[in-house]
Amino acid sequence: MQFLKLILRNALRHKLRTGLTVLGLVVAILAFGLLQTVVDAWYAGANSAAPNRLVTRNAISLTFPMPLHYRDKIRGVDGVRAVGAANWFGGIYQDPKNFFPQFAIDPAPYFAMYPEYRLKEDELRAFLRDRKGAVIGRKLAATYGFRLGDAIPLQGTIYPGTWSFTVRGIYDGAEAKTDTSQMFFHWDYVNEVIKAKIPRRADQVGVFVVQIDDPARSAEISRAIDRQFVNSLAETLTETEKAFQLGFVAMTEAIVVAIRIVSFVVIFIILAVMANTMAMTARERLGEYATLKALGFAPAYVAWLVLGESVAIAVIGAGIGIAATFPVSAGFAAKMGTLFPVFEVSGGTVALQAGCAIAVGVAAALLPGRRAARMKIVDGLRAIG
Amino acid sequence: MTDAGAPPLISIRHVFKSYRRGGQTVPVLHDVSFDVARGDFLGLMGPSGSGKSTLLNLIAGIDKPETGEVLVDGVDITQLDESELADWRAGAVGFIFQFYNLMPVLTAFENVELPLMLTHLPRKLRRLHAEAALALVGLADRMEHYPSELSGGQQQRVAIARAIITDPKLIVADEPTGDLDRQSAEDVLALMDRLNVELGKTILMVTHDRRAAGRAHAIMYLDKGELSTSGDLYERSVREARA
Repeated sequence: MQFLKLILRNALRHKLRTGLTVLGLVVAILAFGLLQTVVDAWYAGANSAAPNRLVTRNAISLTFPMPLHYRDKIRGVDGVRAVGAANWFGGIYQDPKNFFPQFAIDPAPYFAMYPEYRLKEDELRAFLRDRKGAVIGRKLAATYGFRLGDAIPLQGTIYPGTWSFTVRGIYDGAEAKTDTSQMFFHWDYVNEVIKAKIPRRADQVGVFVVQIDDPARSAEISRAIDRQFVNSLAETLTETEKAFQLGFVAMTEAIVVAIRIVSFVVIFIILAVMANTMAMTARERLGEYATLKALGFAPAYVAWLVLGESVAIAVIGAGIGIAATFPVSAGFAAKMGTLFPVFEVSGGTVALQAGCAIAVGVAAALLPGRRAARMKIVDGLRAIG
Repeated sequence: MTDAGAPPLISIRHVFKSYRRGGQTVPVLHDVSFDVARGDFLGLMGPSGSGKSTLLNLIAGIDKPETGEVLVDGVDITQLDESELADWRAGAVGFIFQFYNLMPVLTAFENVELPLMLTHLPRKLRRLHAEAALALVGLADRMEHYPSELSGGQQQRVAIARAIITDPKLIVADEPTGDLDRQSAEDVLALMDRLNVELGKTILMVTHDRRAAGRAHAIMYLDKGELSTSGDLYERSVREARA
């Protein structure tokens, strides 16, 4: 009890110094948490992928389409439960900076394959009835104030012209990590318009989302699907949804690596600051440590005092930093709009923040604690007076 | 009062101690031998650098000689390792320092209680002991004060309470009045007198202060690492102390 009392009172002895160190820790832990959350957001698609979903795309590149008739052949492969077409639409809503993902899909199979998109029955029925209808995510609706019945005009980029879709449903995510910043509309409708405008681009599909019966057979089924189209004009590459999403992340891996490095550099900087604080603190208290040792306290006790004080400061800083991460990341997410579809502070990030703070506290105290423990009593007592 | 029939509490035999400074070996104590009887109050005097604080440190077990024996209550403390020495100090020696050396973040009560944290005494008993020690030094009404809220004399009395809390046989005091005004110094010396006379504590005190030395039963004079308890040096220091 006296030990903890001594640690806490020592920690609060130089209020300004401790306050500034804690402030530094708060900023570092907060920055670390935000950067880790950005990295998590990058992987959000991969992390929310279902093991029973495969994605089939053109083997050359994602930018090359596949014929629509592949859908039926894929559906016939053993182990395939459902298939749905999906095309990246890439339209602009009012201004290019208003980015959000838009997909032209096969509505019925698609929503059946994505149970994490929670859509009311009546809204799904309304969407299925209206070929120019659309379903949007809750976050997208909140960002731009879209409501049921609103028309969303999109300026086509991949598919030229001005398009307008009516909001028939707003889906919620089953989990916090579910992306609710997307917009879905009928692939048939888009194909019909394209057929009239640019016939050579009609009946082309970007990807097929394939639902399978047994995730354990995903590799086997993927090979079976791709075998169907060997030596065709559009050979396919089928992979799990997670691998497909990770493929996107890999394209920007350098950025992710840079963010990770910066996040740990921040921690290293605060470690240096903290180590300096603890070195100063321990140097000032050599006389006190020598007195404690003269009174019979073991060198380890003195080392634990230094370590305890350092960890106590780190824990206070980490506590405030972690607590601040949630509102700050919420504000950051709101500011970013739909750029980061999922921007949630994960349990893993909090654990990393806490772990880094404790590691900083321990590392910062190692040398001063060792010095205090090994110091000769007579040398320490000489420091007084 | 000394116990003439009992073996001495402290026996120093042929102690040598030197320090290294800038690549040179500087002798501090040269073949020092003497005994201190139980219940004695001994003053150690000498010019700066004569080795008196070093001698006190050796007897208190916070430093080690190069050669020689330091027996305290029958234990040769030169043979103890660091951990054993720490345990020995906790029970056998009470320290009084020139600058009090109290923990500034602990109250007077907590400072006095501190050495008892190394014992297995329950909290209630620790409290009773600390209160009694503070009452003995006349600071029962200052228990919750922090050192910064006490005068120098009061702080030294708290340090004395801390020194006796574990009931050690030996109390070592290094310039206990060196940082005090005259009245406070008198109060502290009177208190040390009581510890010696009423509680039978053996006290070893390093001092430059002749008045302080005058409280001692005997004075040892150190000069250039050598000890004299008789002859001119001893007589002179006694005369000076009594003056």
